[in-house]
Amino acid sequence: MITPHAISAELLEVSLGPQHPSTHGVFRMNATLDGETIVKLKPVMGYLHRNHEQIGEHATYIASFPFTDRLDYFCAMSNNLGLALAIEKLGGIPVSERGEYLRVIMAELTRLVNHTAVTGFLLNDMGAFGTPLLYAFREREKILDLFEEASGSRMMCNYIRPGGVRQDVPPGWLDRARELVRGYPAFLDEFERLLTENEIIRQRAQQVGVLPKELAVSASITGPMLRASGVNYDIRKVDGYSLYPRFKFKVPLGTVGDVYDRYYVRILEMRESVKILEQALKEINDASPSISPKGLALVKAPRTFRPPKGEAYGRIEAPKGELGFYLVSDGTPQPYRYHIRAPSFINLTVLEDLCLNHKVADVIIILGSVDIVMGEVDR
Amino acid sequence: MIGVGVLKGMGVTLKTFLETYPWGRGLLRTLRMPPTNGLVTVQYPDVKQQHSERFRYFPFLVYDRTPDDLRCVACKICEQECPPQCIHIVGPAKDAQGRPLKAHGRTYPVAFDIDMSICMSCRICVDVCPFDAIEMDNQYELSASDRWDPMVYDKEKLLKPAEYFQQIKPTEAAEVDARLAAKAKKAAPAAPQPPAPPAAPPPAA
Repeated sequence: MITPHAISAELLEVSLGPQHPSTHGVFRMNATLDGETIVKLKPVMGYLHRNHEQIGEHATYIASFPFTDRLDYFCAMSNNLGLALAIEKLGGIPVSERGEYLRVIMAELTRLVNHTAVTGFLLNDMGAFGTPLLYAFREREKILDLFEEASGSRMMCNYIRPGGVRQDVPPGWLDRARELVRGYPAFLDEFERLLTENEIIRQRAQQVGVLPKELAVSASITGPMLRASGVNYDIRKVDGYSLYPRFKFKVPLGTVGDVYDRYYVRILEMRESVKILEQALKEINDASPSISPKGLALVKAPRTFRPPKGEAYGRIEAPKGELGFYLVSDGTPQPYRYHIRAPSFINLTVLEDLCLNHKVADVIIILGSVDIVMGEVDR
Repeated sequence: MIGVGVLKGMGVTLKTFLETYPWGRGLLRTLRMPPTNGLVTVQYPDVKQQHSERFRYFPFLVYDRTPDDLRCVACKICEQECPPQCIHIVGPAKDAQGRPLKAHGRTYPVAFDIDMSICMSCRICVDVCPFDAIEMDNQYELSASDRWDPMVYDKEKLLKPAEYFQQIKPTEAAEVDARLAAKAKKAAPAAPQPPAPPAAPPPAA
């Protein structure tokens, strides 16, 4: 005979993944359920481990660039930029002005790519299969076409180099980029008409997965996730790397820190990115080459680059958060230590705190709103 | 009012639906809502999208007039710098006494293999090549059912004429040709006259 007591004492363990139908990658969550409520959640990572850091210690500094494309495969350009900044600090390589502009343009276009795609994925996780995701992908394709024209590849760009960019953009590219940037706010308006005021989304996302300010800071969360919790911290403002101090833009902040805020902060960030792009595309000139001579020498002969002994940390505000590359040089062409601070990985550490006392279906959208890419989490 | 947001969103999907049909676009035009072309995909195997000129997929070796006149001198820099280590070069070719053999005044590789299944299309081999001997091809339908023979590209399969390069990437090829011409001009006065300019009779390999 089953007593009521025996039923309530049973906890159910469910393994979510590793074949999760959303597009974040192979990630597994071991959830312990009481009824349908999460009481414990253990993330399991490592399915996509590729030994990137160790390979980087056996390769030249330049040879790590194509591997960084595969970290966060939505944001190849900004990953390149992070490593380039670290190498420039280490070897004291000057950057040409046109190179800096092109890098800022590429990094901000990458932010548009990432935020549109992740919003689509988030809606996919919420159960809105297809429509928002494909609208997002339609716009993303246009930016990827620009990337292909400049770098030769849509996603694995391998374009930004210490000192500038590998090749100058082809003629007419800047005009096409201007045209795209001019049309982007119209798409964002359409996207917002579709999503922002939708009552179903509000019901589903508001007050779900709330990340308090204090927890976000103490868990060193960065990026849109931190800003959705209302903490004003953007490395573009704080560190002022590259040309960002020249541009006028705001840092959008959330108030509650729930899934909806994280969605909305990303939309607002895209609007700010469009502003940065407009300024950069207006100011860019061809007075200087797209790469400094020292950088060009490094591209042509990676093995001649022997930075002095020392260490450098280059960090950028990647679309997902603070992406840092830590390099230690021992005076040889290969780095002695090569470490990546991946925003996806560190933002994932609070997953259990966000999910506790929520339902199983909420876990999926919370994971979607954290915005992870397993290529970066597992490296 | 509850439901307005959902209806607004439905309006967006309805407009996009109409944009994918000619009659729908006509209808939108009569309603004074300027339509965009909603059709953004192509029917892939039948219709192919035009790639940009810089599109890169897999490297090939450039030769100038005849296949034995390849620009590669087997210096092995690309083999060394290749991030996934997919290039394998044997050479430069040597005779029985260990002296380097030359074709058209240059050393040449005995074997030059690239493993297509390992190559990650990064273009670093092209960047580091001091002789502009290796370039990126834009052929992308290279799948095969066998891991070894069709996937590992040997020298014969990799060799393609310079005209092919000029055809697929005119801008880049023009730059490379200008660079090579400047190099040949520089080399010509330094070396004694006979070997450089005529080059019509193929020297014994």
